[in-house]
Amino acid sequence: MWPYVIRRVLATLPVLGVVAVIVFLLLRLSPGDPAAIIAGDNASADDILAIRAQLGLDRPMLEQFLLWLGQLLRGDFGKSIYLSRPVLGLIAERVEPTLALSLSTMAFAIALAIPMGVLAAWRAGSWIDQTIMAVSVLAFSVPVFLIGYGLVIGLSLSLDLLPVQGFVSLTEDPVAFVRHLVLPTVALGLVYTALLARITRATMLETLNEDFIRTARAKGLAEPRVLILHGLKNASVPIVTTIGTGLALLIGGVVVTESVFAIPGIGRLTIEAVLQRDYPVIQGVILAIAFVYVLVNLVIDLSYTLLDPRIRY
Amino acid sequence: MKRWLHGLVLMLGVVGADGVAAQDRARTLRAVVHANLQILDPVWTTAYITNRHAYLIYDTLYGMNSRFEPQPQMAEGHEVSEDGLAWRIRLREGLRFHDGTPVRSADVVASLRRWMARDPMGQRLGQNTASIDIIDDRSFTIRLSQRFGLVLEAIGKAATPAFIMPERIAQTSPQTQVTETTGSGPFIFVREEWRPGNRVVYRRNPDYVPRSEPADYLSGGKRALVDRVEWLYIPDQNTALAALNAGEIDYFEAPPLDFIATLERNRNIRLINIDPLGTQGLIRPNQLFPPFNDPRARQALAHLVRQEDYMRVVVGNPRLYERFCGAFFQCSSGNDTQAGSEPFQQPNVERARQLLREAGYNGEPIVVLQPTDRAQYNAATMVLIQSLRRAGVNVDVQAMDWSTLLTRRASRNPPNQGGYHLFITTHGGPDTAMPTSNTWFNSRCDRANPGWACDMELDGMVAEWARESDPAARRPILERIHRRAWESLPYIPFGQYTQPIAVRSNVHGVLAAGMPIYWNIEKR
Repeated sequence: MWPYVIRRVLATLPVLGVVAVIVFLLLRLSPGDPAAIIAGDNASADDILAIRAQLGLDRPMLEQFLLWLGQLLRGDFGKSIYLSRPVLGLIAERVEPTLALSLSTMAFAIALAIPMGVLAAWRAGSWIDQTIMAVSVLAFSVPVFLIGYGLVIGLSLSLDLLPVQGFVSLTEDPVAFVRHLVLPTVALGLVYTALLARITRATMLETLNEDFIRTARAKGLAEPRVLILHGLKNASVPIVTTIGTGLALLIGGVVVTESVFAIPGIGRLTIEAVLQRDYPVIQGVILAIAFVYVLVNLVIDLSYTLLDPRIRY
Repeated sequence: MKRWLHGLVLMLGVVGADGVAAQDRARTLRAVVHANLQILDPVWTTAYITNRHAYLIYDTLYGMNSRFEPQPQMAEGHEVSEDGLAWRIRLREGLRFHDGTPVRSADVVASLRRWMARDPMGQRLGQNTASIDIIDDRSFTIRLSQRFGLVLEAIGKAATPAFIMPERIAQTSPQTQVTETTGSGPFIFVREEWRPGNRVVYRRNPDYVPRSEPADYLSGGKRALVDRVEWLYIPDQNTALAALNAGEIDYFEAPPLDFIATLERNRNIRLINIDPLGTQGLIRPNQLFPPFNDPRARQALAHLVRQEDYMRVVVGNPRLYERFCGAFFQCSSGNDTQAGSEPFQQPNVERARQLLREAGYNGEPIVVLQPTDRAQYNAATMVLIQSLRRAGVNVDVQAMDWSTLLTRRASRNPPNQGGYHLFITTHGGPDTAMPTSNTWFNSRCDRANPGWACDMELDGMVAEWARESDPAARRPILERIHRRAWESLPYIPFGQYTQPIAVRSNVHGVLAAGMPIYWNIEKR
């Protein structure tokens, strides 16, 4: 397995290289100029030119790219044009909120969706199945921001149970950390719950029709053992794939949820950097996200060997 | 139901104090600001958010009072030589930077020099300054090369005044961003709690000695009455409104104008007009290319504007805008005049068509930049587009985000090669209230803001106004400037409106200073 892992890790390098080139070119070829934004609404054209020169944005594109590539090879993602602070530091500041929201969302979704999916498959065609699927369709179809505002109005403004917005670090205040995560987790988690429930139901339906399930039932195993140990375990590969991809997507940024609940995560960092054309930050964040995607996919692939002994690398 | 839910959440252990004790809350002012503070150097950028940050941590030599007269702030006073060319300024006692070092003349002089290199009004002062000489640690002299009537108005102007930094910081090139935050103002920037894109924290400067006079606009005693000011950046306006309603924040700096009616109904919230001057909307024609390089085309544009149409879509609430304001330097400012605006108070489409023909317009596409991500600008641009079409203009609408527009408007290319003809923007009262500080009024051709308004005769009049130190003698010059401006039209004002702030009802002492400032405010 280890040679496979090493091969996969090494294979990320060309992927990241291609991502780097594409991101750099896309940013430089798209309209927008950070110097004009920095200078402010009332700046003169001379001010803007001076700032462009100071930031090195007036240099040829190839020179800018080689400079950035040189920095990258030294492990330096550069500095934010606006903040004059290292990009990696900015990303690190945003990791905790995003990771906390992503993990809590996934935990919430798994806790609800797997039992829902198993139940729906077990009672396929019944009113239970139809109800669960109808709820899934609804949760999947309603926009996250609408669920978010609804939760804020209901649980924060009317009932005064939970804070409207913000994020508190776990190390700063664990209780406040949890309180601030509840609403965004529910708002975002419902979508993933719906998605996972449907995947679980579909794969379970397929598995429950297999011969080995019939055999398990024939030898008198209790139904929960049939469903969980035989059914769910054998249906778990696509479910784990969906969970892993979902987690990678969440870490990559959940802009709407982070905006609605004022959570300073990776998603907001990305969107703010894009709106202001903060090139080093955009480049850094996208490279980091690409790396996370590759890493999560590797972990998913490796987890298959644990779930299905027939899979070997 | 509510009790049941409370019980449930308590069971989960998630309800409780969220870390900030009640007494700390009472001494902390939490404000939602209009933008994300990223640049800390008020000389490097003209961004409003940086200017407001600077007012918290830096002090100024002079500050404007509510009659727009410069009053001593860090200065104890000044003496002017008989010929009006030597301005000797003495610093008041007890001024200290946040690092404990005393404020000296050398710090002030270095700060003035850096500011003069970048700020438009500072540049005017700099052009008229022969030298700035240090006399001792508390005194220095500005020696003018020729009379300049606005020395104190320039260094103490409301928007982007000369903020005083330590000499070692102020010696940084004006083209390089200063990232240190050592000032001598009433609050201290807490860098370790700064989370760009989320939160900025300031704590009270315990060593700050406020002036004894009552606070008035940006002058007088700057008394920090709360221990902490926390700026929160909440990009979603609905969330900010909900946070204000829930009492999670105390101060909402720029509530969207369509929230005003909702806020007025809430007894726990007060709306306060902190800007007696208001905000001016403007249409900026590009004077590099036909047809708007001809003043008749710009006059045609002015004939198409009914300000109330713009205000209805941009603002909505009639109590927040003027039906017509023909003053380039803001209605109700000291430089308010309507001279020259008379022909434009009602739209005249026929006259507009005639002027366009005379200017040589023959149906070529007129490129209008439309910023779709700025609700107010977008709405105003749509009114402009409609009025142009009504006059038979062939409009080429180019939609883009604001960041792209900022780049595009700086382009000097022809409109059909990445340039443009028209765009819309706004500027705040204090900037706008003087011919010298109104940057969009600057008509110095290549050295003007994008759109490159070009009328050196008008600029000469502004220089003449700036040289005159007697306010009574300035008035007729101002009238001439204004008449000329309505012929030359560096821009076309499309209305003046007020942006109130919203605070919780326990917040008191908010000053009408033309911008959000955080001294004098307490929570009771």
